[in-house]
Amino acid sequence: MCETCGCDGGDAARLTTLTAPGDGPGHAAGHVHVHDPVPVPVHGHGHGHDDGHVVTLGQKVLARNDDLAVRNRAWLAERGIAALNVMSSPGSGKTTLLERTVADLSPDRPISVIEGDQETLLDARRLAAAGARTVQVNTGAGCHLDAAMVAGALAALGPPDGSTVFVENVGNLVCPALFDLGERARVVLMSVTEGDDKPLKYPHMFRGADVLLLNKTDLLPHVDFDMDACRAAARRLCPGLRVLPVSATRGDGLGAWYDWLDEVTAAP
Amino acid sequence: MHELAVTESVIAAISTQLPDSRVVVVHLEIGRLSGVMPDAVRFCFELAGEGTCVEGARLDITEPEGVGDCAACGASFPARDPLALCPCGSADVTISGGADLLIKAVEVADDV
Repeated sequence: MCETCGCDGGDAARLTTLTAPGDGPGHAAGHVHVHDPVPVPVHGHGHGHDDGHVVTLGQKVLARNDDLAVRNRAWLAERGIAALNVMSSPGSGKTTLLERTVADLSPDRPISVIEGDQETLLDARRLAAAGARTVQVNTGAGCHLDAAMVAGALAALGPPDGSTVFVENVGNLVCPALFDLGERARVVLMSVTEGDDKPLKYPHMFRGADVLLLNKTDLLPHVDFDMDACRAAARRLCPGLRVLPVSATRGDGLGAWYDWLDEVTAAP
Repeated sequence: MHELAVTESVIAAISTQLPDSRVVVVHLEIGRLSGVMPDAVRFCFELAGEGTCVEGARLDITEPEGVGDCAACGASFPARDPLALCPCGSADVTISGGADLLIKAVEVADDV
């Protein structure tokens, strides 16, 4: 039972705020929940069953999530905040990329992070140490972030107007593709150790991408990975997709990533 | 396993709309290109429905075929996967059907 509001928060995601060094004291924890269910009008009903009646709903299954995502998007737009949904399979290098990005860019622009993992504060600690105010969302059994979790995390984060918020989704190339969070753009990451045919195997994720980062290019001499084949596979799903080869550990190619970030965060 | 979250969304939506009803059948539409597995939803529905207004309800799922629209020749054709090629050979295809997830209707018992 939630002490704040009395709701049953047992299944909800847990939320912990970590401040960046020099950010002053602050620690808040709680669970994420949204109380106002979004009613969708019932469109009418007709009789069609002997011992009951049919109620026509015609409602999108993810209507509630999509409605909350619309609210998140409006909340962010009012404040000129660009939120980017960063997705990949586990171990592709999302946290390393964001650590490096925060360290390189945060002197010039405020960056905060919503960090999604099933368990632990490990990644949030890394990003807070790199200089970003970070909220860790632990989903427990959940395999993706949803718009309600992001709404709760944004409220805890309180990002400044005009800033950039990275949402590091739970490592998973399947489920996160289905859930709109209210983000401005979707960043999909894969590493060259994963195989150049990966986009074809996980089409939903790659079809929705705004940019694809091919990470760990420092390992190219040691793995069998065809950069052109991967690019072609991704573009079969998403024609015109921007594909940027990078090495987050060594820093290769990050200039093009920062240019892309400038472009997407500058647009209203 | 987003099917659990999807199924919970279905149950939450129905519970919100029809809080005091006993639901006997739920009619869902899960498009073949929606990225959701009907069998996994069936599995989750029984578990997640326990103690809710859909407990014991039958799940009726229709699975509309995907539809691709070809930018090259203008034809619409059945698309079996998100990488559909038009019969004319073009890959410049937009998916225009078979990607929806809808709660179409529910059948409610009158004995409540």
